[in-house]
Amino acid sequence: MTKVRDIIIIGSGPAGLTAAIYAARANLQPLVLEGEPSSTSDQPGGQLMLTTDVENYPGFVDGIQGPELMRTFRAQAERFGAELVVAKATRVDFSSRPFGVWVGDDEYRARAVIVSTGARALMLGLPSEQRLLGYGVSTCATCDGFFFRDEEIAVVGGGDSALEEAIFLSKFATKVTVIHRRKELRASKIMQDRAFRNPKIQFLWDSVVTEVLGDSTVEGVRVRNVVTNEETDIPLAGLFVAIGHVPNTSIFTGQLQMDEAGYIVTQPDSSRTDVDGVFACGDVQDSVYRQAITAAGSGCMAAIDAERWLEAQHDAPDEIVATQSTR
Amino acid sequence: MADTQNGTSVSIPHLTSTTFDEEVGSATEPLVVDFWAEWCGPCKMIAPVLQEIADEHAGSIRVAKLNVDDHPDIARRYDILSIPTLIVFKDGRPELRLRGAKGKRQLLEELAAFL
Repeated sequence: MTKVRDIIIIGSGPAGLTAAIYAARANLQPLVLEGEPSSTSDQPGGQLMLTTDVENYPGFVDGIQGPELMRTFRAQAERFGAELVVAKATRVDFSSRPFGVWVGDDEYRARAVIVSTGARALMLGLPSEQRLLGYGVSTCATCDGFFFRDEEIAVVGGGDSALEEAIFLSKFATKVTVIHRRKELRASKIMQDRAFRNPKIQFLWDSVVTEVLGDSTVEGVRVRNVVTNEETDIPLAGLFVAIGHVPNTSIFTGQLQMDEAGYIVTQPDSSRTDVDGVFACGDVQDSVYRQAITAAGSGCMAAIDAERWLEAQHDAPDEIVATQSTR
Repeated sequence: MADTQNGTSVSIPHLTSTTFDEEVGSATEPLVVDFWAEWCGPCKMIAPVLQEIADEHAGSIRVAKLNVDDHPDIARRYDILSIPTLIVFKDGRPELRLRGAKGKRQLLEELAAFL
């Protein structure tokens, strides 16, 4: 029979690794299924792996590089005995206990599960965007910005991520156009100030991209003004999309309660999901704050919630029994 | 470097603008060229995966790396606008192009025709 562990943590961003540090220090020997390499933010280390300077994580006066911050999280979890595996959970069964988690055909069982699979960047959803992905359309500014040295490019979006990418890309490109569907930005004041001051960054308001143009590589975008409905073609060499996020919850469909956007619903002031013994933390259950520090904080909550729950279950048998959902 | 079951590791050559054509042209097995750079996080994540594949499939394929920062002429020749990009060369010709970082399972699936 498959070994039954105390805790499996699915996902390895700030939430999952903080949960791993706390669970490991509580002697629960957590197994962390980190995820698989990817060029989107659904990958080991999470969304910070695709960023550069992190300036708002407390404790780093001069800022720290996103991948470096995650390397230290991981090392700290490992130091206390967390078992980290570069593998992506492909299926879960929360209908009976101990809970089942699969990586392909490999089965894992645990008394408690912490879900911290995070969120990934949303794409525009245009066929032309898919066709030119990797040929001028990019999901990773830090990976691909270099290829647009002395070129004109655009970033779609109006939040902090969009402005961060635009500012980063302005180091390479001659001109960065931020295309936003409204007349004002959602981004924080400090990012707006920086972007407005940057001479290479321009703004195209009230506009949406309706088509990415080009045969083998990106040559431009077709943009529609949502007020006038007028369409314009803009010549560009690259397009970076930062229009928001979507939670990585497809494997939990039918297993955990989610809201209409697919975020896992947790009980107020807690990391508990609607399944007893399954906890959620980080961006997979947070569409509001979405910060590394809030993810880490909720990861700590999940580990403490799971530890207390496991203690209360102390006498529970190890054979598979049906779980009760509060749904 | 990745450890293999028997403890040996195939060496992964770093191609340059000068050696690229010679190495790619003279390869007897399909050659997977990993276009990468130091500043690319996903590139670093797939490096150990590619090492494992090179070790476990030694004899059927080989893996080599090209640093796009140091050798932009080669990157431009193959329209590399995103990394990591893998190009599989057979008899000196590009036969398959894979874009973006992927896990081992998926990479093996996509490379199956060459293994």
